[in-house]
Order: sequence, then C-alpha cells, then structure tokens
Amino acid sequence: MRRTLSILVSLLLVVSGFAFAGGSQEAGESAAQEAAESGPMVIGLSVSTLNNPFFVTLRDGAQETADGLGVELVVVDSQDDPAREASNIQDLIQQGVDALLINPTDSDAVVPSVQRANQAGIPVFTVDRGANGGEVVAHIASDNVAGGEMAANYLIDAIGGSGKVVELQGIPGTSAARDRGEGFNNVVNDTSGVEIVAAQTANFNRTEGLNVFQNILQAEPEIDGVFAHNDEMILGALQAAEAAGRADQIVFVGFDAVDDAVAAVEDGRLAATVAQQPSEIGSLGVSTAVTYLEGQDVDSYIPVPLSLVTQ
Amino acid sequence: MIPTVRRIVVRYSTFLILAALMLLFSLVSSRFLQVNNLLNIVDQSALLAIVAIGVTYTIISGGIDLSVGSVVALVGAVSAGLIVRAGLPVPVGILLGLVFGALLGLVNGLFVVYGRLQPFVATLAMMAIARGLTLLYTQGRPISGMGEAYTFFGSRLGPIPVSILVLLVVVLVSGTVLRRTPFGAYVYAVGGNEETTRLAGVAVSRVKLGAYAFSGLMAAVGGIILTARLWSAQPQAATGLELQAIAATVLGGASLMGGAGTILGTVAGALIMGVLANGLNLAGVSSYLQQVITGGIFILAVLLDMWTKRQKV
Repeated sequence: MRRTLSILVSLLLVVSGFAFAGGSQEAGESAAQEAAESGPMVIGLSVSTLNNPFFVTLRDGAQETADGLGVELVVVDSQDDPAREASNIQDLIQQGVDALLINPTDSDAVVPSVQRANQAGIPVFTVDRGANGGEVVAHIASDNVAGGEMAANYLIDAIGGSGKVVELQGIPGTSAARDRGEGFNNVVNDTSGVEIVAAQTANFNRTEGLNVFQNILQAEPEIDGVFAHNDEMILGALQAAEAAGRADQIVFVGFDAVDDAVAAVEDGRLAATVAQQPSEIGSLGVSTAVTYLEGQDVDSYIPVPLSLVTQ
Repeated sequence: MIPTVRRIVVRYSTFLILAALMLLFSLVSSRFLQVNNLLNIVDQSALLAIVAIGVTYTIISGGIDLSVGSVVALVGAVSAGLIVRAGLPVPVGILLGLVFGALLGLVNGLFVVYGRLQPFVATLAMMAIARGLTLLYTQGRPISGMGEAYTFFGSRLGPIPVSILVLLVVVLVSGTVLRRTPFGAYVYAVGGNEETTRLAGVAVSRVKLGAYAFSGLMAAVGGIILTARLWSAQPQAATGLELQAIAATVLGGASLMGGAGTILGTVAGALIMGVLANGLNLAGVSSYLQQVITGGIFILAVLLDMWTKRQKV
C-alpha cells in the first residue's frame, strides 16, 4: 500500500514538473490566462503539423512577430489529424483566446471548428490552407497556382522547351497539392512538345518520393525533368536518381525552399525550388490578427509572395 | 479498513490515475474544471472510447483488432458517400454504414477463425485493405454535404455533446452484453483458456466471430461520430487510432494475453488520454513534449496497474 502511494505521488510530481516546465517554455500558462482576461492579447495558433520544417518555420515567424508586438501566442499541433485539430481548437476556445490563427489539416474538416469559434465570438484567420466554410476574417497564404506555373515555366526552359517530365504529387485532396498541380498542368498542357510521362502521389513525404521515383525511373528510360509538389518529395527523387546514376540527365524542381532543398540548389544538385515564405506567412498572420483586434479593417485575402530559388 | 482501501486501489487504479490527473490539471489551469471543459473532454474522447470498447472485446477474447482506424475512415466515407452521392436518406446511409462496419469485422473474424491467421496478421491486412478502399472510394478527397440530420451526431443538445449520449448507450449495451449474457461470459472464457472452453462445449468460433463483428460495429459507430464531428469524411481520418484504442484498453486494465478487461476500465483509459491531451493544451505545454509525457504516463500507469494487482488482496 505504502509503495502504491509513493508511486502515485512520484507520478504526480513528475507530471507537475513537466507541466510547469513546459508551461514556462511555451506559453506561460498563467500568463496566457491572465492575459485572456485583461491586458495583452492572446492569439491561438493551430498548426497542421509541427513534424514538418515548413510549419515549424511558420510557427517561428508567428512567434517572432508576436514577441515583437507584445502578444501572447499559444501554439497547438494537430499532427495532421483533423480530429485532434477539432479538439485542440476547442481547447483554445476554452482558454478564451482573443483571436484564432488556424492552419487547417483539411479545408472541409476545419469548418465545424471555425463555426465553433464564430459562436464563441472569436475572430478566425486561416493561414496557408483555407477553410471551406464558417466566417473567416482573412486568409493569409501563398498563391500556390502561381507557384506551380512558375515551376513549370522554369522546368520547361531548363529542359530546352520540350521533353518528358514527371510530376510527384502531394497528399491527394489537399489544397496545396491541388493548386500546385493545377498551375503546373496549366502551363505544361499549353506547351506542345512537353509530355507528362508519369504523375504519381508521394504524399509530400521524402521516403515515398524516393520509392515512387525509383519505380518511375525503372519504368521510364527517358526522363528530362521532375516537378514535385514539395521539397521533401523532390529530395527523395533526387536520391533515387543519384543512386541510379541518372541524376545528371534530369532537371529537378521542388517547392517550399526548405533548408535541405536550398542547400541542394547551392550544391547544384537541385535546379530550383519555389520559395514560399513560411516565416512571412506566420508573421503576417499574427500582424493581421493584431491589426484587426485593434479595430482596423483588413483585406480578406492576404497573398504572400513566392519566389524561385536557383543557383 | 486498510484491506478495503487496498482493494479499492487495486480494483480502480485506472480511475484513481484519472482522478489524480484531473486534480493536477485543475491546479495548473483554473479553466480545466469548468463544466464546459469537462464536456469538451468527454466529447473529444468519445470516438476513442467507443472504438476502444470494440477493441476490448477482441482483446478479452485473446485477440486484437488493428483494423479499427481504417474501418472508422471507410465506414465514414461509405455512409457519407451513400447519402451525398447516391442520395439515400440519412438514417439509411448511417444504418448501412453500421452494417458494413460489422461485416468488415466479421471478415476479420472469418480469417482468424477459419483461416487460422493470427489476429494481429488478419487485422493488419484489413487495416491496409480498408484504408486503400477508403482512398479508392473517396479518390483521396473528402466527402462533405451530408446535411444536418447527419452532423447532428457531432453537435450538441443544449450543452451536452451528442457524442456523449452515444457513448453512454454504447457503454450500457456493451457492458450489459459482456457482464450479463452467456456470450459475454464466453468471450472471457475463450480469452482465458480457449481449449478448456472448447472442451466445455462452447462454440468458440462463433464467440470469436461475434467479438470481431462487434469491434467492427463499434468502429463503424466511431466512423459516423467522427464524420459528423468534422462535417466531412476524411480519407486519412483516424490514422493511428488503433494504437490509441489498444493503449486505452490496456490502461483500462485489460491484458493483451486475453481473459481480462472491463468496459468501464477502457472508458477510463480513453478519458485518461483525453484529459492528458486537453490538460496539457490548457497548460500550454509544447506539443513535442506532450507526446513524451503521454508515453511516460502510459508506462507509469500500466506499471502501477501491474504492481497493485501483484499485491495480495
């Protein structure tokens, strides 16, 4: 019995230690709570996944701007799971945040959460991915269709105006995959002489990019260029082509300009990557929310510029 | 006096851990113990609890069901698709979804019983098949627009989330079946000692088929609840839910060797996971650290359960 009790007590101590340590690190719970009731603003940020450098950079950009503006930022991680996202947003509403920045896991699945925030009178801003319903004050995102077009134009130039290209697609159904694919296909379909010999999904994932492209290399003796909907997949494809000794004959274009990809561009292994500016997206998200909370009007769509990173 | 206390600790260690966590979080955040937040927690845990109850049946019977996450997604997609694409009335779409889920579970059972596959293997295969079918059926895109009669199951009646009411019904039915019917007794018996049970004249095959079909049915109920909560059927919904369901079942005192486990224990296990996620969020703990803590609590809780049970009562 005594042993049981001591275990229970030590368990409690461990948990409380963790909770307090974590609290002071990330959000400062008591501070967040006081702030919700008076004083500085508290903004809740729901991120689709913090298991991807892009969204970590987005979070960092948001955090930096929040710190600069003296705003408390409470971050939750959906781990790419819409059900967890719904719960997390419920928790942020319960915490009484002044505004919600949502980076949805899925544009449909987030709608009930947006409506819950609407009912609670909390203004909602979407970042990177939009919501297909509910009242959203502003959407802050890159123009992914334009980015896909940008990538296609570059790729077509780089392969000399004609040839065989491969498209590695993102998670089917996500708006990023749809929009980037749409932009890419718009340009390629309008260009005679360029043929898409394979278009397969690798779910935005490096390992899958490697495996899928390995199979495509096996199936297609002639490939001039590859466009992937994100850098993780193009880096996987690059690895596969290097292992097969065919990397020299293929032009690789990625999307997102994550650190690894930018380094690969500098090394000349990757031809180009379309740079979204995740840090800027996060930062503009926070500053837009603050502007709105201070009573000023904001635009309903705030495009964040894209650029092409080449050597 | 002391033996009584000890017996309570042994019998209800899961509930004590739940209470301890709640006490702790109420100290960390003043918003934790608010009624609305407690309702939020049960609402957030209902899906896991319902699915874990099904898994509990298979685990008590000495098996396991790894396919539940995929079945949740597939049933959600099919029921939504029947309503949105095929234009069936909402109750029919939901009912067919439930039947479909039970059938998928039954197929698991058939492979286990007549194919003599290990439950782990059979349901692992179903996990892949059902996820693939979900992607094929949805073409990787969410299905939405089922209407309010469907999303009712993800809404609230006054302050009470409908998911909680569904959970209550599920707990009553599954608990009664397990505790008060011969079938329930056979589920324990099969998990405790299959050979003896067979020799005692019990139709072991039928008991196992029943357990897997029930697990499929519970996953189907979960699929409807989740789809209603998100107003859309997601092709990647409930990925990894099977492991959480097994965790909740084990937290609830079930043995992966079979023969032991209770419905209320499993519900408490699911609530522990819900309280952890909610409480750590309210406490503003970094999401990376949250996963470490959740894993740590899981180990501690199971160790505690084993230690208390080892003490002679």
